[in-house]
Formats: sequence, C-alpha cells, structure tokens
Amino acid sequence: MFQLLRQIVRTGIKTEAPPETDEALRTTAERLNAEVLRRFQGALTIRHVDAGSCNGCELEINALGNPYYNLEGLGIKFVASPRHADMLLVTGPVSRHMEVALKRTYDATPEPKLVVALGDCGCTGGIFGESYASRGRVSNVIPVDVAVPGCPPTPLAIMQGILTAISIKT
Amino acid sequence: MRLEDFQLELSPLSGAMPVWHARRAEARQWRTACRQVRDKGGRLVALWSTDNSDRGEGYAVHAALTVHSGLLVLTLPLLNGGRYPDISDIFPAANRMQRAACDLMGVSAEDAADSRKNAADSRKWLRHAAWPGDVFPLRKNFPAEGSPVPAGAGQDDYPFVQVGGEGVHEIPVGPVHAGTIEPGHFRFSVVGEGVLRLEERLGYKHKGVEKRFESMTLAEGARLAGRVSGDSTVAYAWAYAMAVESVAGVTPPLRALCLRALLLERERIGQHLWDLGFLGNDAGLAFGLAQFSRLREDWLRVSHALFGHRYLMDAVVPGGVARDIDAPGIARIRAEIDDVRKAVALLRTIYDEHAGLQDRFIACGRVKPELAERLGLTGLAGRASAIAWDLRVQFPPVPYDGFEVRMATHGNGDVAARVTVRFDEIGESLRLMGLILSALPAGEIRVPVPDAAEHALGIGWVEGWRGEVLIALETGPGNRIRRLHPHDPSWQNWPVLEHAVLGNIVPDFPLINKSFNLSYSGHDL
Repeated sequence: MFQLLRQIVRTGIKTEAPPETDEALRTTAERLNAEVLRRFQGALTIRHVDAGSCNGCELEINALGNPYYNLEGLGIKFVASPRHADMLLVTGPVSRHMEVALKRTYDATPEPKLVVALGDCGCTGGIFGESYASRGRVSNVIPVDVAVPGCPPTPLAIMQGILTAISIKT
Repeated sequence: MRLEDFQLELSPLSGAMPVWHARRAEARQWRTACRQVRDKGGRLVALWSTDNSDRGEGYAVHAALTVHSGLLVLTLPLLNGGRYPDISDIFPAANRMQRAACDLMGVSAEDAADSRKNAADSRKWLRHAAWPGDVFPLRKNFPAEGSPVPAGAGQDDYPFVQVGGEGVHEIPVGPVHAGTIEPGHFRFSVVGEGVLRLEERLGYKHKGVEKRFESMTLAEGARLAGRVSGDSTVAYAWAYAMAVESVAGVTPPLRALCLRALLLERERIGQHLWDLGFLGNDAGLAFGLAQFSRLREDWLRVSHALFGHRYLMDAVVPGGVARDIDAPGIARIRAEIDDVRKAVALLRTIYDEHAGLQDRFIACGRVKPELAERLGLTGLAGRASAIAWDLRVQFPPVPYDGFEVRMATHGNGDVAARVTVRFDEIGESLRLMGLILSALPAGEIRVPVPDAAEHALGIGWVEGWRGEVLIALETGPGNRIRRLHPHDPSWQNWPVLEHAVLGNIVPDFPLINKSFNLSYSGHDL
C-alpha cells in the first residue's frame, strides 16, 4: 500500500489543457439554444456505439480517460445506457448487421440526441465504403451533428468534436 | 511428422516463412491429413474457401495446418457441388470457420460419416439479415463493388441453444455493450449468479472486408490489411507484406525487417500495457488503469513522433517500411525502454502484492491445459494455458532468428496466468527492442515490389500480440487481388471463452473477457 501511495504522489497530475472548439467540424447548423447548451457544460453524458469500426477508434476513445486527457475532469463521462446519454459517439462504417442496433440506440436516447460521428469511416465510410455488408457513413443511418475525421482521430480531435457539439456561440 | 508421410504432392512457397502447399488434395486425403496433423500435436490455423468457377474449376476449400517443419496449406478442389467433409470433430475450431465459409461462399461441410447429411452444427454464423441465405457474397458472380442485394433490416433469427431446468434464466448482453468496446452478443444461461452456459453470437461487425480486397491492387490492399483489426495493425500489415513479397519474389532489405520487428514489439508492448491497466480496473483497482494508461500514452506519443502514427498504421508496406529511424530516434527509444522497464517492474510488484486484486485474478476464468490443447487455444491465451507456441520461437523469421526469443508460458490458465504472461512478454519485448536497435544494419528501408505472377498463392504468418495472424493471398491479373483471407487468432479463442466462463459468476465475465481481449472486427470481417 505504501508503494502504491508513493507512486501516486510521484506521478503527480498529468492532465493537459483541453483543445479549442472548431465549428468546421459541424455537419449541420447548431440546433440547440444557449440555454440548453449551458446545461451540458460540465455535465455531459455520452453513450459510445461501435457500429462496425476496425476498433482503432475505440483505442483512442479509451485513451480519453487517461490522465493526460482526463475527460471526466471536464464533467464529461461515458454511460452504460443510451437512456442516460445526452450524446452518442458513433464509430465505424455502419455495418448492415449493426444498423438496427444503432437505430434502436438512437431511438432510446432522450432529446436532444446529439450525435458525433468519429473517424474517416464514420465521416465517409472510409476504406470500407458502402457494400452488401456496409451502409457507409453514420449519417446514412442516423442524423449527425459533428463529424471528426482521422484514422483514428487523436484523443484531442475527439475531445474537440465533443466540445464543439456543446459549445455556445458568442 | 515428416512431410513425406502425408503422401501429398507438396510444393514449397517462396517467402519468409516455411510453407508447403498441396495444390490438389483429394477428398479422402482431406480428413486423413487433418487427422495425421492432429495426432502429432499440430493445429488448424485457418480454413477458407475460394471460387474458381470463372476459371472452370469450381470451388475449393483450404486449410492451413501446423506441422513440425512449418505450415501446410491443403487445397481441396470441390467437384461435387461445393461440399467437403467436416473436420470440426478433429479440430473443434473449424466449426465456425466452416459455417462462415458456407455463409459467404455457399460451400458446406458434410457429416464425416454420412456425406448425405450436413455437419452436425450447420447454423449460419457471420450472416445475420443483411443478405439472404441463397446469396453468397464471396462468389465471383457477386460484384466486387456495390450492393446488389436489397438492404436487409430484418431480424436475425438465430437458434441459440436453450438450457432448461428449474431456476435457469437467460441474460442477453449486447450487441451494444455497456463499455467502450466492440459489438457482439453474449447469451448467458445462469442459475443465480453462476454461469451454466455462455453462447456467443458474433458477426455484427461484418463489413465485407474480404470482398473489398477483391476490388484492390496489391499496393492498395496494404492499407486495408492494416485495418482488419486496428489494434493489431502492424501484425496484419507485416503478414500482408509477407504474402505480397512471396508472390512477387522479393525480399525486403535487412534494415526494413529489423524495423518491422521493432514495430511489432512496440505494438505488443503498447497493447499489453493497456490490457494490464484494464485488468486492474476491471478488478476494482483504478490506480492500475491510471498508471498503465499513462505509460501507454507516453508510448503512443513516441510512436507518433518517430513513426508518424500513434498505432503505427501504414508503417509496414510491401517491400519494406515507410519510415526510417535516425540516431536521436534510437537514443529516444533506448531511454524509453529503460523508463518502461522500471515503471512496469514497480507496478508488477504492486499488482503481485495486492491481495484484493490477486483474489479476483487467481482461479478466475480457468482454461486447463488439456482443454486448451483440445480446443486449439492459441497465442497469448494459449501460452497462459501451457500451449508453448510462439511463431517467433518456432519459425522465427528474419530478424528474430538471431535473437533466441524467450517464450513466456504459464500452466494455470486463469486470469492471473494471462496477466503474468503479459508482464513477462513486456520484459521480453523490451529486451528484443534493445537487441534490434543494436543489430540494426545500415541500408535501404524499402525496395520496389516487382510484378506478381497471376494465380499465385502467398502466405503471411506473423505472431501478433494476440496470437498468430495469417494472410492467404491469391493474385489475379495485373497485380490485383483475386482473393484474400485474413485470419485472426480470435477465431480459435472466442469459442474457448465460452468454456473459460463456466462455473464463474456473471460479474467476473468482464474480467475474464478482458484477460483474453479478443478482436471482433478481425473475426467478423
């Protein structure tokens, strides 16, 4: 136990500053008013849905929890049920086999149903494209507010996408 | 088992790994050869099918088997309308591979005793509702691009095995899981909290990877190969490059091969650091995740700085590697090796001495060596159940042949054993990285890849962090891919997870699952 506590003290606080928001990532116009957005500042819940990724994006979503990015430090956390979520974070080209699950997850999410599509595949279908097995980009299946390109997008880019979706224009 | 004992007409494939190909096995030899391999302790690495009807030859089914001198690829041309003898009684891991071949190619396994009957388990596997049961996407008359079948959005009607009895109930989990992981469905039959049976239903991520390859050139395929399972991108990219170099008859420069090994060990360490953190976390020690995920982030940042990508995607290319390393880069890796070795040693002591953690790890999710051997458990999980198999040791490709890789094994087969093997492998991979840097010769990092022969078979076979990754490549005209089958070790290990969880309680499933950490994408294709 002593070693454990000493290691915590030695490690110190590693958290870095969050990125600035970027309006260019929006795929549709901001649809929430400042009053609603203010409620999400510092208290946002996200349900992640892997709709068919190669699992590269999942590596970077998980990295958001490491001490450098410390997403929870911004009051943003991942939840187990879409019914508890303000936002869906969707990766992958949407495989046809995940289409129903993704739509049901979207239906189960309460308004305002913010959706951030992640990665080149989520934005365009990526290298997998559209086929007998793939529906391609996320917006082919559910409405998307913000799309973050990258293969996979870095944790900073993902944070930027999430923060952009809840930013209040001044 | 000597190769001549098979009484097959074998031809060696050129390339980095010892591979023999029986181009035209006969139906009676199919099971005999599998049985001979099995009796000598060999394993089934992969099973896949091809369609040569456009060349007037019908379908064929292929099996890659381990023999003492390397890999034996059996090709069985199917003359009787796409049926072949079931081998899942010899190699249980063949069950799902055969069912997937039926879903995608329409070739089916028949009962070994009565060829009029189908194999005992002929349920669909990768097919849900996206295409009908009489359409086969991997056939040549199914176009490589576009979606000629209407988008199916119906229900996937899958016959799970029911468990009866008083007090038994089912817990369906997924495909969307509670954590940030890939989608798949788990059907638990439980009494109270105890698991009586687990049945997996995978295929949710099937996105047509194999068909996609068929619209690509050999050069274009490298990028897709690196995205079959993103967490094993180096292993896949190397296996793909090996297969291409085999059919093109080219050997990359020694410096490139050394850098590939450096990248492969980086990938292994990066994943093991990650898993060790999550395993601590899943057993209630958040400290472990915080510490290991910090180490891993440092690791990824060095990868990005030196090789241009945090996960090393597209760093391995046919003919060599994409990026060289300079003297300051080497110095940076040497310093990193020292730092990580010290940090991991400290964390290992903390894990080992943490009674609460060990209480969750020990005896949890046990796969005894006999069961592992029977079911064909492979890779890291296999080594934790006394399956002493590591390609870097058995058939070390250049540059591993000069390093005497020390294999990590354990006999207990529980979560604790899989944790121990990961710790040991980090230490060994750090040692190997040091050796690679010391042995790094000067020279080119990439050579041009000459034109490949048409209708040639190339095999790539690499020990990734999870286990052995295999790429079977068949060329078409004009340096195009005619057929490509990527095989992930998860195919072997997913069915064993169903056994590992038996007798455990449901809340221990996430921990057991994590200790295997299998790929959904690499399996669903």
